[in-house]
Amino acid sequence: MTHNINKDYIGAKIGMWLFLFTEILLFGGLFVLYSVYLHRYPDEFHLAGQELNVYFGTANTLVLLTSSFSMALSITALQKENKKLCMVLLIITMVLACVFLVNKYFEWGAKIHHGIYPDSPTLLERPKGEIIFFGLYYIMTGLHGLHVLIGALIIFVVLVLVAKNRVTSSDFVAVENTGLYWHLVDMIWIYLFPLFYLVV
Amino acid sequence: MNSSESKTLSFWEDDGRFSGIFSWIFTTDHKRIGLLYLYSVLSLFAVGVVIGLLMRLELIAPGSTIVGAQTYNAFFTVHGVVMIFLFVIPSIPASLGNLFLPMQLGAEDVAFPRINLLSWWLYIIGLILILISLFTGQGAPDTGWTFYVPFSEYTTTNVNVAVIGVFILGFSSILTGLNFITTIHRMRIPGMKWTKIPLFGWALYATGWIQVLATPILGITVLLIFIERTMGVGLFDPAKGGDPVLYQHLFWIYSHPAVYIMVVPAMGVVTEIIPVFARKHIFGYKAIALSSLGIAFAGSLVWAHHMFTSGMSDTAVMIFSFLTFIVAIPSAVKVFNWVATLYKGSIVLEPPLLYALAFIFLFSIGGLTGLVVGAAGTDIHVHDTYFVVGHFHYTIFGGTVFGMFGGLHYWFPKIYGKMYNKRVATTAWGILFIGFNVLYFPMLVLGIMGMPRRYFDYLPEYQLGHVVSTVGSWIVAVGLILMFYNLYRGIKNGEPAGKNPWNAATLEWTTLSPPPKLNFIEEPELTRGPYEYKGIEDDAQYQ
Ligand code: HEM
Ligand SMILES: [Cu+2]
Repeated sequence: MTHNINKDYIGAKIGMWLFLFTEILLFGGLFVLYSVYLHRYPDEFHLAGQELNVYFGTANTLVLLTSSFSMALSITALQKENKKLCMVLLIITMVLACVFLVNKYFEWGAKIHHGIYPDSPTLLERPKGEIIFFGLYYIMTGLHGLHVLIGALIIFVVLVLVAKNRVTSSDFVAVENTGLYWHLVDMIWIYLFPLFYLVV
Repeated sequence: MNSSESKTLSFWEDDGRFSGIFSWIFTTDHKRIGLLYLYSVLSLFAVGVVIGLLMRLELIAPGSTIVGAQTYNAFFTVHGVVMIFLFVIPSIPASLGNLFLPMQLGAEDVAFPRINLLSWWLYIIGLILILISLFTGQGAPDTGWTFYVPFSEYTTTNVNVAVIGVFILGFSSILTGLNFITTIHRMRIPGMKWTKIPLFGWALYATGWIQVLATPILGITVLLIFIERTMGVGLFDPAKGGDPVLYQHLFWIYSHPAVYIMVVPAMGVVTEIIPVFARKHIFGYKAIALSSLGIAFAGSLVWAHHMFTSGMSDTAVMIFSFLTFIVAIPSAVKVFNWVATLYKGSIVLEPPLLYALAFIFLFSIGGLTGLVVGAAGTDIHVHDTYFVVGHFHYTIFGGTVFGMFGGLHYWFPKIYGKMYNKRVATTAWGILFIGFNVLYFPMLVLGIMGMPRRYFDYLPEYQLGHVVSTVGSWIVAVGLILMFYNLYRGIKNGEPAGKNPWNAATLEWTTLSPPPKLNFIEEPELTRGPYEYKGIEDDAQYQ
């Protein structure tokens, strides 16, 4: 028995896809709550949704889409044995992730400054549907933000692995799986953005 | 040491990179991880049983007997949390599954050995958090293992730490499922088509999918409990616009499928045992394999039968009641196939088979009482009574745990290379079986009479039933002690067991007992189906 079981490319891919399913379902629970409460409080969701800053949201959408692109390019670069370009693109992706988080920090900060945060006296005076809307807003974008943070850390780790030649043009599944994870984070935002900023 | 010697060294002796205890807690060998899990879950089982016995003792007479109401609430919560999250959910897949799935597939290890170790570590971290939650803060959680809102949002007991522990345990369970699915897809020995996989593998495959697809919902649910308690967002709080019934939906979307995480692997174990001791090919291989998937699928659609009394619409109640009945079909398919396999077999009544038979009997009672609680009409009467307590103990304890004990007795010689005393094993089985029915049958009756569950006190007319049940719990305790003592004695000074003491046909029995580190000395060959017994030579080493 000589084959090295840790180098099973398809196996690694299957494992990653299964994990991504679990991430989708984790958010899925929250999407279920969102849809039930939207159904119950359509007017309040509409009013509260207009208070969110579309510019922040749009900017962050663009940032994430770009980062997804640079992530995809970094994989191609590695496959074409251009290690340096791959690393540059990974760094760009990481920087964009940070930009997203900083943006989010200012967006949340502005809301909190206006006294709108979970269980705040200002928020509790509002109609029930709006309390729920902002509650979901903080929980869902918060959980997503946490995923962005974790994603950035993972990208950093593969960056180090690429630099140390532990991940190479012939064995790149780690970068690929990181890419898959990053696209998922991006995709979830693609759903969150219209639900909170546009539709309602 | 020369290389041929080191090749036959068993996985017990071959330490690998580390030595001493580190050769265990840093191991990536699936067999060692399986044993780490086995000893962990059995220890937690012991803890759960002791609390169960204490509860039964409290209930021997009306009024406060040994503890007060608050302690009793903590008891049933901790008993439930320990038994569900720390014992049954990891039990068979993580212990026996880890030990034998790769070997049954003819593989060296699981697909992701290091993730396998990680999931055991996560299990231990979750365990530690739950232990911390019992002894710190303002007392052990008292919400019941379901953490129902609104109480779980407002109780001052240590719910925060406990739910984070449960979240981490969920992660551990997901990683095990993910690992097993990938292993089954990728690690089968050449020539092992899907229809040649031992049915235990099929059961673990179905279980793996439930673990991967249902557990994240539990994750988000307990996370929300934590968020509600720390930040008061109000998603389940009517005063702030939330809806507590939504909590129940989310909780049971996981926890009903979780019932099948508990029982499908046990069905897989029973399916391995029965044909070996009936010396017959399993009847309806494909039906059994598919019914595992059928249970996994149908079982995911029935969660709301726990909520018939929570104020759902009548239509929803009808639909969920109907769907619940559908799950009985794949379960019954299995039972009929086992019975058909036994029919006209040359049956050898060894201890593993006795446990398998007890499984069929007790699980059938669990299943039939399940139809009573699954039918909306009758459930209104018995909801949250001792009938439910009786029902789920028949299913989980009578089903899963007896299945696991059967698996322990079946694979014991392979793990330790020794045999336990079969006469003592049979006696222990008999005591357990009798004690079990004395313990839980009265609960079914009490429930129909109207005794509510999760109460530490009761009216005098229920006392007879409670006394009988408590006596039953002592008989069960005797049976358990005898069973484990016998296994322990077998490890210490049992007879050598040989490669294949039961003359079974699956691949794990073709290697040494205990197996060497990489499972097989030479790459195994698939020469027969998993249930083809013709031409298997009697194992000469074993009398
Ligand atoms: C000797 C063994 C056992 C005894 C004496 C025992 C006894 C009990 C008792 C008295 C209750 C409380 C019923 C109530 O007040 O509502 C209970 C609840 C429960 N038991 Fe056991 N049990 C045993 C084994 C097990 C096993 C093996 C499992 C699962 C694998 C299990 C799972 C549960 C669960 C989930 C509950 C519900 C807890 C709750 O209501 O929150 N028990 N048991
Ligand atoms: Cu259920």
